[in-house]
Amino acid sequence: MGRFRTRRDVFRLAGYSAAGLALAACGVQGQKAAPPKADAVKDFWAKQTKNGKVVFANWPEYMPGDKGPLERFKKDTGIAYEYKEVIQENADFFGKADPVLRAGQSLGYDIVVMTNGVQLQHMLELGYAVPLDHTRLPNFLANAGQKFKERSYDPGNKYTVPYASGVTGIAYNTDHVKEEITSIEALFDPRYKGRVGMMNDAQEIGNFGMFAVGVDPEKSTEADWKKAGEKLKAQRDAGLVRKYYDQGYIDAVSKGDVWVTMAWSGDVFQRQLAGEPVAFVVPEEGGTIWTDNMLIPKGAANPLDALMLMDYLYQPAVAAELDEFIQFVTPVPAVQDLFREQAKTAGAKEKKALDAMIDSPLMFPSEADYAKLRTYTTLTNEQEQVFNPIFQSITQA
Amino acid sequence: MRRLTPYLLALPGWMWLAIFLVVPMVAMASVSLQTGNAYDGYAMTFSFSNYGDALGRYSTQLLRSLVYGALATAAMLLIGYPVAYWIAFKGGDRKSMYLFLLLLPFFVSFVLRTISWNFLLADNGILFGTLKDWGLLPDDFHVLATTLAVVGGLTYNFLPFMILPIYVALERVDPRVVEAAQDLYATRVGAFRRVVLPLSLPGVFAGVLMTFVPATADPINAQILGGTGNTMIGNNIQTEYLVNLDYPTASALSFTLMAVLLVGIFAYARALGTENVLEAAAR
Repeated sequence: MGRFRTRRDVFRLAGYSAAGLALAACGVQGQKAAPPKADAVKDFWAKQTKNGKVVFANWPEYMPGDKGPLERFKKDTGIAYEYKEVIQENADFFGKADPVLRAGQSLGYDIVVMTNGVQLQHMLELGYAVPLDHTRLPNFLANAGQKFKERSYDPGNKYTVPYASGVTGIAYNTDHVKEEITSIEALFDPRYKGRVGMMNDAQEIGNFGMFAVGVDPEKSTEADWKKAGEKLKAQRDAGLVRKYYDQGYIDAVSKGDVWVTMAWSGDVFQRQLAGEPVAFVVPEEGGTIWTDNMLIPKGAANPLDALMLMDYLYQPAVAAELDEFIQFVTPVPAVQDLFREQAKTAGAKEKKALDAMIDSPLMFPSEADYAKLRTYTTLTNEQEQVFNPIFQSITQA
Repeated sequence: MRRLTPYLLALPGWMWLAIFLVVPMVAMASVSLQTGNAYDGYAMTFSFSNYGDALGRYSTQLLRSLVYGALATAAMLLIGYPVAYWIAFKGGDRKSMYLFLLLLPFFVSFVLRTISWNFLLADNGILFGTLKDWGLLPDDFHVLATTLAVVGGLTYNFLPFMILPIYVALERVDPRVVEAAQDLYATRVGAFRRVVLPLSLPGVFAGVLMTFVPATADPINAQILGGTGNTMIGNNIQTEYLVNLDYPTASALSFTLMAVLLVGIFAYARALGTENVLEAAAR
């Protein structure tokens, strides 16, 4: 009759309703951001001053060991730097950054480097990147290649400038693989059973699955993803794949734990330079080209110093020093000429290394080379919720 | 005032529990019943189907984690009990040194130690590479990327948490009790089985509790040492949280795991005949 029999019942009910209220109260807020007004951007930058410090968050193996370019920056501008190799995977990094930025707090980094792809797209859509002041990016304006100024994922470089581009292809250990690999079929070859490495990232592995079934990822549909998924599932179930890797693949292939693996171009060249038995190839079915981009996350403590460093890296001499080590595609085309000049005066051994770089289609791709390469598919949130499970059900089984 | 003192002294502890345990748990319980996505936000819809969906997708990995956790716990018990016994009864003056040596590697971070195994156990690394050169192992022999590597890694990483509680329990056993048993014509095996072992059971119980739970939930060993079929539930939770930003599914999985572990622990306490789980563990 609506009457409580004992005092305990009343307490219990009170407890339940409190718990219910608490449950209902904790929601997670959405954060779709409107594009900033031009004036606001101008005002923001007008207020910034040089703080003499910059914190740069980047991927491993993406800066010479002596931090040459950063040391030069420090000498020329008096800005001290902290360099942190904290980004191993876009998804993982974004997943950790998202709650922090959502809460309006600072990541503690002034520059972060992210690959064009769904996570970068989310970063920009959610308003997590500070719009750049192009009047303070003279070197970028003067020296960046035309291709690097026309980014489909960030028109007009509003929020990002490229750090480097690279190609996802196949690496193999030449001690164990005696043939020359040219086709993606090598990753599905029963002779390499248990010696194949694939990538854990849904987009990377998804793209290669699509190449293997003859689909262009840029034009792919849900049916294509499923088809690619089946091909990759068969590959796993046949025991071909040893493991689904993040950045760890490069150690595995150079040690010989895996013989054939999906790989990022520059990583492999760096290992070759260190004398390790690895080779890189873009399979004839296709490879993916991607670009890693620098951006200033919302709440960064030293945005002006960050912007100065971004621009500094676009000086041809600095870009050349960087690229000679990282061996990816530099956004500064003048680097190729600088290498040519250096090669004229270099010793025999260094000349050979420089010549190899100058001619490498993976460091200075021609238009024809670009034509063979594909970019990541752009996925909407709804598509992502279909795409990810298809490939995660393979990598995370 | 005097009557209130104990409560006031306990206040920081209660606050700590409330802020760092109760609040996050309620928040997680709440999120596990919500629907939405990271961009438009999540809203409470009391969608209990989140649990069914999550379990449907990840039951294999959940079951696998429990099996791995159990295997690792059994291995730790087999390795840990004799070690604890030896230190407690034969350690003599050097007991504390042995304990220190046991703990020494654990001053290094968990992830780094696991990565070192990756290096040591590489197919052609310093151990297997040498053995293969001598022809003692077939060329395609490998341990990394297998179940053995994952369970082995778990065993290694949590071993001290098994040894220490057992050691503490054994250390408290009065040697004269064992002597008395032998005076009463118990054999050495009999004295161990009927006197020492029962006295050390609370330690075993605490050890199992402290190793089975974290080992089952651990994502690191599977990620670093495992292969294609070794994904554990911790990895899935991590992916749902960090990669897919699907907080409801991740929360539902976390809660399911917690519930399964709690049920398992109480069942285990029953089976062991321990009256009060927590009291036994704290003893």
